[in-house]
Amino acid sequence: MIRLEAVSAGYPGRPVLRDITLDVRPGEVLALVGPNGSGKSTLLKAALGLLPLTGGQVLYDGLPLEKLTPRERARKAALLTQSRNTPSVQALRMVLHGRFPYLSYPRRYGREDEAIARGAMARTGCLELAGENVAQLSGGQRQGVYLAMTLAQDTETVFMDEPTTYLDIHRQIGIMETSRELAREGKAVVLVLHDLPMALTTAHRVAVLEAGRLAMADTAERVYRSGVLERVFQVGVHRMDTPQGVQYYCVPRGL
Amino acid sequence: MKCWRTFFTRHKTGIFWTCLTGLTLLAAAAGLFLGSVAVSPGQVLLALLGGGAQTVPAKIVLFTRLPRVLGAMLAGSALAVAGVVIQQCLHNPLASPGILGVNAGAGLAVAVVCAVFPLAQGLTPVVAFLGALGAVCLILFLSRATGASRMTVVLAGVAVSNIFSAGIDAVVTLVPDALNAVSDFRIGGFSGVTLAKIAPGGRIISLALLGVFSLAGRMDILALGDETAHSLGLRVGRTRYLLLALAAALAGAAVSFAGLLGFVGLIVPHAMRRFVGEQSLPLLLASALGGGFFLTACDLLARTLFAPYELPVGIVLSFTGGPFFLWLLYRQRGGRK
Repeated sequence: MIRLEAVSAGYPGRPVLRDITLDVRPGEVLALVGPNGSGKSTLLKAALGLLPLTGGQVLYDGLPLEKLTPRERARKAALLTQSRNTPSVQALRMVLHGRFPYLSYPRRYGREDEAIARGAMARTGCLELAGENVAQLSGGQRQGVYLAMTLAQDTETVFMDEPTTYLDIHRQIGIMETSRELAREGKAVVLVLHDLPMALTTAHRVAVLEAGRLAMADTAERVYRSGVLERVFQVGVHRMDTPQGVQYYCVPRGL
Repeated sequence: MKCWRTFFTRHKTGIFWTCLTGLTLLAAAAGLFLGSVAVSPGQVLLALLGGGAQTVPAKIVLFTRLPRVLGAMLAGSALAVAGVVIQQCLHNPLASPGILGVNAGAGLAVAVVCAVFPLAQGLTPVVAFLGALGAVCLILFLSRATGASRMTVVLAGVAVSNIFSAGIDAVVTLVPDALNAVSDFRIGGFSGVTLAKIAPGGRIISLALLGVFSLAGRMDILALGDETAHSLGLRVGRTRYLLLALAAALAGAAVSFAGLLGFVGLIVPHAMRRFVGEQSLPLLLASALGGGFFLTACDLLARTLFAPYELPVGIVLSFTGGPFFLWLLYRQRGGRK
């Protein structure tokens, strides 16, 4: 389990996160929501050691993050980044890179790695693209390949930074379903999302960030009822019961 | 016809590697067999096997042609591989040791040392490496400190390269004999190379190539972007510095005996990328072979086109490589239509 204790972090001359305490629990999808610039992506970076902390600590299974080697950390937490390079390589080869933290000398991927990579590709629906060049795939297909690489890393915690950006609705729902499945398998999934209704319907818990501080972290229903979303996002948030379960929607404030 | 096409599509990779290896060997052989003075194939083979050492043909082969072929192979491989490493490490396809001033940094260091300590020419490869490393560190600092875009890094590199080149010109103006030991230094060439001059740089190149090849897997991870590489457990900063230091060693060692051959490090990696993609190990191997072939072939043209007069290889390099590169770009654009 990953725990952030009174974490403060930011960039030189620009503090972003202030005094964040948050648990990332196994078997749970945690959605991180907040307006632009509220520190969602910075929080992911701090949790993964991509950014030095200016205060507090990040604990992985009770151990301070800095006590872990990069490979030990990479076996515990994976990150699906928002922006990334797309090298011109075979999709299977790209997914195999998810096995990098497990390689020992001479750092060659073996049959077991390939089986895991193919399994991850099957799971994200991109196995038939295994032989294709990643650079020539559509944005949605690429996301499937990148998600498969993240899953091939086989970590207890998976962070995804805006995983649904630029995707069609079918693929967006697919990613939400995969997140719930991962949680059912006992993994902790952290999603940075801009789509509030999607966050509220998918996540077991929702953490709301406001100007670098944690405004609230609780179940979707409690966060909705608290009114914190209306205050932070300046919109009206509503819920309704449908035959498919509770759904949420947003409208301009005052409507 | 259709049968050939199917065969070609199925065995594309095998055909590419066979052709590239064959062309490289062919260029090396042609470099030994052809020249302004006619030397029969039998005499060349005899000279290479150690026979007739005192004869004129044997001296031509052993003291002129063999050093040139070895020098061109080593420098071509080194510059092309340095180009791949710099492009992958900076995530910048426009980068190359020539454009970013790495070659010029090495050249300036060599020029200064040769001007101030004319007797210390044995140190040339080490000094060139330090000059190249200084240029790499400067570019890395500029790209980090300013958070500069890819284009800004290239522009900064062009500026740095110009400053260093002006430095070389200034040294040569003040001490005209400074670079006499390295012929055609500013254009690049192999007309005065000897095995003794190549040896120190050659050792550095061989070791640095081994180092880069052994880090190919990590280069693949680095090419995914810093955040992804970090999350996969790579020590991003350390790996990047190590790879760039190896690239500086390669470029510096090549410059130490071949002068400022800029173009190889840019066009060979790009040309090879079209054939083998961006997976690091095949790309590095293809670039090493392609760079060696390209420079050896250009050197052969340089000394045979107007024999017995000789062109500096840098000129041939630009005249042949430039149009080929433009053709590749044109073909790529055509493929996207």
